[in-house]
Amino acid sequence: MHAIEKILAKNSGRKEVKMGEIVTAKVDFAEINDLYLQTVYSFYEMGGEKVWDKERCAFVFDHYAPTPDIKSAANHKEMREFAQKNGLKFHFDTNCGVCHQVMPEAGVIYPGMIVVATDSHTTTHGAFGAMGTGCGATDMATILMTGELWFRVPEIIEVRLEGKAPKGVFPKDVILAVLGKIRADGAVYKAIDFTGSYVEELNVAGRMTICNMAVEMGAKTAYMQPNQDVLDYVSKRAVRDYEVQYTDPDYKYAESYVFNVSEMEPELACPSSVENVHTLSSVVADGEVRLNQGYIGSCTGGRFEDIEVAAKILKGHHIPEYTRLVIVPASREVMMRCMQKGYIQDLMESGATITTPGCGACLGAHEGILAPGEVCITSTNRNFPGRMGSTEALMYLASPATVAASMINGTITDPRPYL
Amino acid sequence: METKVTGKIIIVGDNIDTDQIYPGRFLAITDPKEIGSHCLCGVDEAIAPNFPQGGIVVAGRNFGCGSSREHAPISLLNMGASAVLADSFARIFFRNSINLGLLPIICKGIKDKVKEGQTLTLDIEAGTVTIEETGEVLQCERLGDQAMKILEAGGIKPMMRNRFGK
Repeated sequence: MHAIEKILAKNSGRKEVKMGEIVTAKVDFAEINDLYLQTVYSFYEMGGEKVWDKERCAFVFDHYAPTPDIKSAANHKEMREFAQKNGLKFHFDTNCGVCHQVMPEAGVIYPGMIVVATDSHTTTHGAFGAMGTGCGATDMATILMTGELWFRVPEIIEVRLEGKAPKGVFPKDVILAVLGKIRADGAVYKAIDFTGSYVEELNVAGRMTICNMAVEMGAKTAYMQPNQDVLDYVSKRAVRDYEVQYTDPDYKYAESYVFNVSEMEPELACPSSVENVHTLSSVVADGEVRLNQGYIGSCTGGRFEDIEVAAKILKGHHIPEYTRLVIVPASREVMMRCMQKGYIQDLMESGATITTPGCGACLGAHEGILAPGEVCITSTNRNFPGRMGSTEALMYLASPATVAASMINGTITDPRPYL
Repeated sequence: METKVTGKIIIVGDNIDTDQIYPGRFLAITDPKEIGSHCLCGVDEAIAPNFPQGGIVVAGRNFGCGSSREHAPISLLNMGASAVLADSFARIFFRNSINLGLLPIICKGIKDKVKEGQTLTLDIEAGTVTIEETGEVLQCERLGDQAMKILEAGGIKPMMRNRFGK
């Protein structure tokens, strides 16, 4: 069996599971973000009274942190009341950050678990050898009532990443290259196991970036076998005992793709689809792309390592007039580490705007919305029409280093000369 | 449950994501009717106000990709849609739709076989789609047992109420 199948088997009380089977599995942690007041409504509509386990579920207020209008404030208020009424052990209010960063930091994510959240980017937690998957508000309400959810045991495809990344190629570039090949629906209903020497050496932040964007290929979940970096991270934080699962050596993947990371270049997902991936050099060769906004943040590209590289590139430069750079640290912990290192100071001196940790403008809620006709380069995960505001704005997805280098002259720029 | 649905269609493209179905700026809204009034406004703001009651959305590949927002099927249902026929669906959108009683039916190549404004009859038991204007019958995929069990119960909410004796 694959490690993901072993996790599903263990949590559904079976010896083994087979691809295509429907199983009902225990959820080890359930997270509800602040777009999902409907979860509370569905919970009561279905006759829910108390959550099944007050230590295994939490709200994270990240999409409206802090609240931009009366409606979202009222939603937060109702959710806080629900959390308090149920005596939830964990609660992450508007001072915490993006759920997928905040949960691992708080130690509720660990190898071998099932985490379900009302957020598609829950695939992120494959970085820790966990099975993470997103669901809607009402599925989440059923979890709050029962502690379980039904799953179809997915086909598992292998994405083998071999080699060492050349200078200027970051985990974001790697996952964009993969996405360009597998496409936006290449893994629908399937799980992706990222393997290979590149993954074995990769740090926690890079693993999270890659697993995060597995959902942009339609994946139900992602997986990476934990390495020492992961074990060091979770051993300091995990709130429960855990068991790392391993894939059997004779396991046969439904499909395997092999990528040579050593030959990759910086990549861009061009407007307005995540699968419209081109090398940065080919886009620049086609002519200058002028930018109105740069954006570094989100559960994909707002971690310490992302802000660090941006600060190092931009230190001593000043962002041109009439161009703006918005930086949204993924969490309070990330922001405080960046402050201690002086990166926030450096970025502010270069002209960047720093906002509250959270999802910010990544999904077009607030803090950096685009006007019609504007062009943005961003370290986030989606460039769908209207994702960051106007449907007539254009978005390029890139690594944080490419975003930072592009802010030096306000045009899409190769980061390699600046590293 | 009704196993046949007849409705006028609108046609949209490939990769119609949840931001185009229901943009982020409206996510704080909780009133279902109001949610329905913004449906597909990321594609064309004229769709929701003119959508035929009981109508069917026809799409290309990967309909509902992106976010897990349940607003997407809530908006389609409250705009008046009964079903979406597409080459393929994103997984979370599919689950959310089944839970709420919106029919997400895989019908390969449908977008190129029908014309805007035609009326289709979907028979989920037979696995067919009939173009009423021409009488042409197209094949579509049947839903799996788990999905049918939820739909037959009237959606996940009645199913859970029943399970908990509410």
